[in-house]
Amino acid sequence: MFEQLASIAVKSIFTENILLAYFLGMCSFLACSKKVNTSVGLGLAVIFVLSITAPINWLIHTFLLKPGALYWLGLENIELSFLTFITFIATIAAMVQIVEMVMERYTPVLYTSLGIFLPLIAVNCAILGTSLFMVERHYNFLESVVFGASSGIGWFLAIVCMATILQKLNYANVPKGLRGFAINMIVTGLIALGFMAFAGIQL
Amino acid sequence: MSLKKIIKSKSFKVFWEPILGDNPISVKVLGICSALAVTTQVIPAIVMTLAMTFVVTFSNFIISLLRHVIPKNIRIIVELVVIASLVILADQILKAFAFELSKQLSVFVGLIITNCIIMGRAEAFAMANGPGLSALDGLGNGFGYGQILILVAIMREFLGSGSLLGFPLIPENVYAMGYENMGIMVLAPGAFIGIGLIVWAQNEWLRRKGKQRNV
Repeated sequence: MFEQLASIAVKSIFTENILLAYFLGMCSFLACSKKVNTSVGLGLAVIFVLSITAPINWLIHTFLLKPGALYWLGLENIELSFLTFITFIATIAAMVQIVEMVMERYTPVLYTSLGIFLPLIAVNCAILGTSLFMVERHYNFLESVVFGASSGIGWFLAIVCMATILQKLNYANVPKGLRGFAINMIVTGLIALGFMAFAGIQL
Repeated sequence: MSLKKIIKSKSFKVFWEPILGDNPISVKVLGICSALAVTTQVIPAIVMTLAMTFVVTFSNFIISLLRHVIPKNIRIIVELVVIASLVILADQILKAFAFELSKQLSVFVGLIITNCIIMGRAEAFAMANGPGLSALDGLGNGFGYGQILILVAIMREFLGSGSLLGFPLIPENVYAMGYENMGIMVLAPGAFIGIGLIVWAQNEWLRRKGKQRNV
């Protein structure tokens, strides 16, 4: 049991990093990786939201949407799985809103440091992607908790790596046409190459 | 209408601009999220382009029709509902008529919902323009997205698997002489580096044409 959870964690942090292997969350990754501080803030917010939304979406999927999920209401024949996308995105948007409100009330310091990034996260594909992957791979509840949190940690690592490299890159003389988006993609490719070195690890 | 008149008209410009000049992926840097994962082969890239074009065209059209009715402060959630419903439609159609392909695209069809291009076009164009023009803008952006997607896919499939559209292109005796497929192109880093190189080429080309924007 523990071994399986650990292997999911290692997989989603290193070998199958949600950003570097599945390309999810690229938009905010490229937009917010100019400074290390901002990227740390955004990364923390992603970890936070992912660890909440993945288990909640698991509960919704298992008890409401999956084929035969409504048996506890006596409605075995109803299948609502076509509503998956719209429910998940609504849950994520609502959760982000709630998290924002709770943080504003109880942890104003954390709120002011993460505040601007929280609304951005609702449309971060890494969040929706994690929920969809969780359904596709038939994880159970505990596995989905671990999967959510460690996907977030993987994303955090990737964006902090990128931000530190880009800060150094400011001093490099990059060819004109390559500047901006193009060099960012190539740097990301090289980071991904580095993360692939973890591929041999198995628990 | 003569061809010249069509080319000069505003609607043509709205359609053509995102394809070459103002490309949503390479110039505006939107919507890369779900784009790269489907580019290991050309066929999934084409299917993804079609799904995306369908969603962005109709979402632009519908949101533009509703633009006077939607209250300003809840517009994001209304747009999200329209987009999500269209994505469900596209997903169900794919599941019904191309089940194998929809398996291959897995979660990435669903991720069209969070694709920033659609939201961006809805916010920036459809909320301010009529339905006809908005649909054309959506079509153009869909094709502009597809153009980069298919270019990357051609490069990755050719270099990574030695084939195009599933047909092997590199003859056997080249392999016999010691040529090997580049495994890296099939994996994730190949996509990142590939798109970087393509955008570099495009930037250079746009710059030569004197149309360089500050990206």
